[in-house]
Amino acid sequence: MSVEAVTGAAQESPAVPAGTAPAAPARGTGRRAALWALPPLIVVADFFCYPLALVVAQSFIAETGGPTLAVWADVVTSPEFGAGVARTVLIAVGAAAGCALIGTFLALVVSFAPFPGVRLVSGLVAVLPAVPGFLIVLSFTFLYGSAGALNALLGGSLDFLYTPWGVLLAEITLFTPFVMRPLVAAFGQIPRARLDVAASLGARPWRVLWQVVLPEVRPALAAATCLVLLMAANEFGIVLFIGAKDVVTLPVLVYTWGIVTFDYPAACVVAVVNVVLSLLLYGVYRWVLSGRGKRRARVDED
Amino acid sequence: MLVWTRTSRSVLVVLFVVVFGVIVVAPLAVIGLAAVAASWRGVLPGGLTGAHLAAATGGDALASALVSVQTALIASAGSVLLGGWAAFALHGSRGRIRRLADGLLHLPMAVPSVVVGLGLLVAFSHPPLLLNGTRWIVLIAHLVLVLPFSYSTVSAALERADPDIALVAACLGASPARVLLTVRLPLALPALAASAGLALALSMGELGATIMLYPPDWRTLPVGIFAQSDRGALFAASASTVVLLGLTLVGLLALNSVRTRAAER
Repeated sequence: MSVEAVTGAAQESPAVPAGTAPAAPARGTGRRAALWALPPLIVVADFFCYPLALVVAQSFIAETGGPTLAVWADVVTSPEFGAGVARTVLIAVGAAAGCALIGTFLALVVSFAPFPGVRLVSGLVAVLPAVPGFLIVLSFTFLYGSAGALNALLGGSLDFLYTPWGVLLAEITLFTPFVMRPLVAAFGQIPRARLDVAASLGARPWRVLWQVVLPEVRPALAAATCLVLLMAANEFGIVLFIGAKDVVTLPVLVYTWGIVTFDYPAACVVAVVNVVLSLLLYGVYRWVLSGRGKRRARVDED
Repeated sequence: MLVWTRTSRSVLVVLFVVVFGVIVVAPLAVIGLAAVAASWRGVLPGGLTGAHLAAATGGDALASALVSVQTALIASAGSVLLGGWAAFALHGSRGRIRRLADGLLHLPMAVPSVVVGLGLLVAFSHPPLLLNGTRWIVLIAHLVLVLPFSYSTVSAALERADPDIALVAACLGASPARVLLTVRLPLALPALAASAGLALALSMGELGATIMLYPPDWRTLPVGIFAQSDRGALFAASASTVVLLGLTLVGLLALNSVRTRAAER
């Protein structure tokens, strides 16, 4: 799964701008609350933080048991690792850009040019995050594979599925709802009168779109794009199922070295790099969600 | 509105249907078709058969499906309990400790599931706590991976809830425990059901950590589907995927009815 299907949870947050939440009843200090929250926190510490710390430690331990940087030196200079980092970053950036573009378009049509059947569309989009990533790859094999429907239709030999483009297309398919849903919500909050005023003052539709509509949803779009970036960097199922030899991302490298070749220390090094990359992206996501969202809310109040 | 003329509206809708059809509808429809296809060499499948679906609901595949259902139910129940607990405990508090706890509870969301799996392998492959090779390690991995989503769902709902109701109950003399049991928990029931559904769906489709950890006697459906796909049994894999989706949908619908009933009250 990974963050494969961050659904409602992550999307509900932009709808609740920080700082505008109703003041909760004062229920004791933060310390007492933290005391009550200890049981779940202990579970997270035991089964998440402690293993993660061991992964970091393991990456610095030699086979003889002493501390070493040799594993890091080996891994970082290996061609698989370099290619893995480049692939992971490129695919994530491509998927985020593609999802932002397509998701914005789909959300715009749903919000501003609704047609009969739009409810069915929203229903499908709501269910989609429950779909595992490998489903997309399986269906792509029938659609775009060398013996697939598209090749039968064109009579040619279109063969992009087992390249980075195949991974990219599959991830765009999987993650577009994560951009589309928050944007539909954000578009819905723009007062229609504002658009009508802009139009009646003589602004062409494109100008209304660029200068009135899009600036309004920029925080939501930025947050959703960051989320896709994070999910795409962590995506495992799609890359594993496509299984092309030269399309290996960091999570797949962790799996290959950890489980297939049983080289735990090397797998741990890749895992540490992957976690640092993910946490960086996650930090940006949280920052966009809170900081910029807050600024936006303040501007609106003025 | 943004689109004024009839022509531009039709152009937009046609474009939408094409993009949405290729991106969302086609993959789902094709999986459904492939699950009942006898063969598929042309544009459309050549002949329909129920054999794949029959195979996917019996024998090994059935065992995997049962394992997945049990894993998802346990992980979902555990994560709603723990995530809901944390959300209630932290609700209303502010300051550094709250932010720290909040960050910690969200953290597994940001880490690749494969790394969570590797960490559990490294940590629990030897005494004092030898979990590697047992089904417990899979259950723990699923719990850790879905917990942030449960916490986040319940926590967001509590932030939105009207604080006055609980306040009024307290003013009328209800003890904190009674306010929790008779006011705050029932009010949060829709959110708890939603978080259970989310956890269920995520756990059913989990692959990354499970494939690192699963013992032979606890193979979930996604791992089984990968094995089928890996040896080229694509029709069987599609049928199993349809079974997986169906089971997930049944769970989601059941939880959804709980949610609407709770919201109506």
